[in-house]
Amino acid sequence: MSDDRFQTAVAAGVLADDELHRSLLASIVETARAIFSAKASSIFLLDEDAEELVFEAVAGEGSDDLVGRRFPADTGIAGWVLATRQPLVLEDVEGDPRFGREAAESTGYVPKGIMAVPLLHEDTALGVLSVLDRPKDTRFTLAEMDLLSRFANQAAIALDLLLRARRARAALDNADEELQRLAQLGRNLDALPSERRGPALRLLAALEEIIRP
Amino acid sequence: MTNVAHDLYAHESDEELPAWSLPADAVDGIRLDLGWPAEVTREWAFGGATGAGVRVCILDSGIEADHPLVGPVQGAFAISVDDAGDAIVSDDDSGDRCGHGTACAGVIRGLAPECELISVRVLGEGYKGSGKVLLAGLRWAIEQGYDVVNMSLSTTKRDFAALLHELADSAYFRRTVLVASAHNMPVESYPWRFSSVISVGSHEEPDPFVYYYNPEPPVEFFARGLEVDVAWLEGSTLRCTGNSFATPHVSGLCALILSKHPRLPPFQLKSVLALTSNNVGPVA
Repeated sequence: MSDDRFQTAVAAGVLADDELHRSLLASIVETARAIFSAKASSIFLLDEDAEELVFEAVAGEGSDDLVGRRFPADTGIAGWVLATRQPLVLEDVEGDPRFGREAAESTGYVPKGIMAVPLLHEDTALGVLSVLDRPKDTRFTLAEMDLLSRFANQAAIALDLLLRARRARAALDNADEELQRLAQLGRNLDALPSERRGPALRLLAALEEIIRP
Repeated sequence: MTNVAHDLYAHESDEELPAWSLPADAVDGIRLDLGWPAEVTREWAFGGATGAGVRVCILDSGIEADHPLVGPVQGAFAISVDDAGDAIVSDDDSGDRCGHGTACAGVIRGLAPECELISVRVLGEGYKGSGKVLLAGLRWAIEQGYDVVNMSLSTTKRDFAALLHELADSAYFRRTVLVASAHNMPVESYPWRFSSVISVGSHEEPDPFVYYYNPEPPVEFFARGLEVDVAWLEGSTLRCTGNSFATPHVSGLCALILSKHPRLPPFQLKSVLALTSNNVGPVA
């Protein structure tokens, strides 16, 4: 077994599960929604193979069963933001028949206004952060755009962590039994309460001494 | 000052071989009577100009032709790439896939009512390879010799940065000015960061003729980008914010300046923009 595969297995074993990453994304959209006093906020992840955007986190209106829903990555406002790497704020998109139809079909909630920023990590676009329907009575400012971009940066890092964890887990799922057992060992060790961890580590050290080549 | 630039550059052609050295007896042949450094005012730069004779390319999602705020579109092309990455250019009768290209076209038309608008669609043919399509579209637009190329978009792909840089430099020397949206996110993106393009961010004022030169680049100019009422799909309008709407304001200004001073090279065009910016000159 190569060192790489061993490390991947152990790392994947102790990685936070999908639920934990999702809760990080959920907390980001919830905070974005609250800060902008918006009706809703969401994060789309780009599925490059399928060329689709997938709802990964949703806060506010229409949030019940949206996570996991998909739509083509090259259409709509989110698609434009993703392809051009440019943030965009639109007001009264109700007046745009095409947007309304797409939004209604995919979410069941038709917003009036949308702020969308690309989620960029290094040189890839991972997805899009959207904030829907900020209050109409306040004038939008460029400072808000800056704030949204900062949030997007945070969301991009969280999304990157989620993707790395999924890749590692996928690698492990395809691995042989030996590797999976090692990963399980790492996972179990990680989950041990501190009073049992000490003895387990001593046992591992002894095992290491016995099997050293 | 008159249209000196037009007369001076008119004799040149793209077919001429580049001169790599300057013999003593050739100096008179390249003498430029520009009249600078006389004061460059907005009246000199674009007073009375309409954009007539200037070809402006919108590299975006397409343009909805005959939108009341856009009017006639003089050409519409769609770019895709084959498996080898070579560009496929076809006539585009699908209008605008998103609304954004129409928005940019409307802003430019509003400032330069008689310019020619040409749509080169690089978005909306599938997400994969969109960076390659952008590059192919830009290369093709430069080959067509458009005077202004509006790029309210960018790429973060480092693999494309060197190629984009070459294209931006080649546009610069062929007198095609690239006007590109900056963005304020903590990630490198291109081509707006290159000095051979004109990069644009947003200010908060509602006047389309208010623009600022930024003495602290990489963003070189700020133009109207907040709550702009722009053309959108199916003849509609939409209130939009973003640097991608500030960018066509500068493209429109470039069209005005070039219609009055044809063939002005990009570095002089940039100087004219800087010298006529609202924050440049003696404080009133």
